[in-house]
Amino acid sequence: MLHLPSFCQLKNNMKIMKILVVDDEKDIQPLFEQRFRREIKNDEINFVFAYSGEEALDCLKDYKHEAVLILSDINMPGMSGLELLDRIKEKNHKPPPVVMMITAYGDEENYKHAMKLGADDFLTKPVDFKELKEKIKKLK
Amino acid sequence: MNNSLIPFILSFLLSQRLFRFSKINNYRQWEKWFSYARFFSVFLFAAGLILKASNTTQWMWHIFLVSLLLFTFQQKEMQKQRMYLLAFAPYVVVSLLADLTRVIVTDFYIRWESYFGNAVMLSIIWLVAILFSQYRQNKATEKERIRRQKEDEINRAIAIRKVELEDLVTERTAEITKQKEELVQTLNELKATQAQLIQSEKMASLGELTAGIAHEIQNPLNFVNNFSEVSSELLDEMAEEQKKGNTEETAAIANDIKQNLEKIIHHGKRADGIVKAMLQHSRSSSEIKKPTEINKLADEYLRLAYHGLRAKDKSFNATLKTDFDEAISSIDVVPQEIGRVILNLLTNAFYAVSEKKKQLEKNTPADGNQAEQKSYNPTVLISTKKLNGKVEIKICDNGKGISEDDVDKIFQPFYTTKPSGKGTGLGLSMSYEIVTKAHGGQLNVKNNKGGEGVTFTVILPVKK
Repeated sequence: MLHLPSFCQLKNNMKIMKILVVDDEKDIQPLFEQRFRREIKNDEINFVFAYSGEEALDCLKDYKHEAVLILSDINMPGMSGLELLDRIKEKNHKPPPVVMMITAYGDEENYKHAMKLGADDFLTKPVDFKELKEKIKKLK
Repeated sequence: MNNSLIPFILSFLLSQRLFRFSKINNYRQWEKWFSYARFFSVFLFAAGLILKASNTTQWMWHIFLVSLLLFTFQQKEMQKQRMYLLAFAPYVVVSLLADLTRVIVTDFYIRWESYFGNAVMLSIIWLVAILFSQYRQNKATEKERIRRQKEDEINRAIAIRKVELEDLVTERTAEITKQKEELVQTLNELKATQAQLIQSEKMASLGELTAGIAHEIQNPLNFVNNFSEVSSELLDEMAEEQKKGNTEETAAIANDIKQNLEKIIHHGKRADGIVKAMLQHSRSSSEIKKPTEINKLADEYLRLAYHGLRAKDKSFNATLKTDFDEAISSIDVVPQEIGRVILNLLTNAFYAVSEKKKQLEKNTPADGNQAEQKSYNPTVLISTKKLNGKVEIKICDNGKGISEDDVDKIFQPFYTTKPSGKGTGLGLSMSYEIVTKAHGGQLNVKNNKGGEGVTFTVILPVKK
């Protein structure tokens, strides 16, 4: 929630891509911030971090459909990434946000389940940031 | 005839008496003599009757009786019969004196005849009285003898029985000793088996943990790798900025790199801690108490248990709540033991909530009323609290609960409600042992009010 103020300030600037990252590991924030250092500095991407599925839903509720891309971990205590995915896709946001699932368990079952629920992509940990950047570029 | 009847009866009785006494006491010689005396008295009586020579036999009687008395009186062996001899003596003496007086001084005798007669009568009365008293005394003695004999018999029987019993006791003792040895052996075998079971329970719980541990190590390792990579890139960038002479940006990047290195150290230590915890968990010895941060330990095992289960059952999920009392400082425990207890209680809690969820899913068929199913939120809460001289760890779930029957048996070894193969039934009994015996604490279970789930409470004393 640390970055919500900046998120608010920038919400009218449609050039900036908003990405909501959901993971229960808090150190994901400095990692993303440094990996996307240049993009953040150049105001290309704005990150918001949520540390649980519930928090992510709250973020989405508060800021409507502004997040274009949601990167979510699957394995989280409480609401899992898959449940979050289900909720997001259920509500039929328009335009629908792109949801990419990230998980440490890159197994078939999770993959199929995520795809069935309407996930747009499926990444495994450790995240290949080059690949992720490529994918983000394509979205633009 | 009258004159010889009384001497006959008396001498016969006396001889008979002495004969029997000799026989009883085994005085062979006297036995023979008194037997002769008996026959002699019969012979003398018969002779007196046949020959009608009462005067002759009368003197014979006197001689016989006096000699019998004197002879017997002198014998040591016959001392016990002196009372009889004394009983007979007055008659023998008086009648002898009367007869002598009658023959020698007949006038005197005739004048005093009635006195002589009376004296004889008195001596006979004396004799009867003594005999009677002797008879009664004998009877009493006989009674006493019989009583003694019976007593002796009883004593002898008791002695025999005692010997028998002693034999029996020896036999039994040998038997019991043998049994004891067998039991000791069995006990040793059981102890060995128990140690093996404990080890296998440890290994089983380690197996449960493996996936969780893998996940828990994977995450910090990912961070170590990612932060290292990004730092390396940042160094390149920093070099570029330095070339450009952009000192502000260079400093910012340097700061980031420093932060990253700290993150790398942090996650490296995290992985290290997990590996150490895993090793401690499987180790069977090293049960030394050391100051342990209970909150940290609880948190560590909460993650391990959760991810362990998640890795095994991908559909499983639960809300984890923690409520740690920061006032708790380190307390002296065996960390891996208490960790095992927490892990075990948490694994059970997770099992209970996932079972309840499965039950609800079964009860509400697809497309049916899913309201209840949706509204059920599996939750496990672990909380710590500082009490007076104690620390309380509570593990609370909203799972399927425990029936009252099971509550009583839950800490018994090998008691499990899990399907066969899913639980050893040793987890809780081992936890109980660890908490109560090794740490002097308490482990309780209680169904939550409102009938949803259970709460396990571990209370550990804080020893300075």
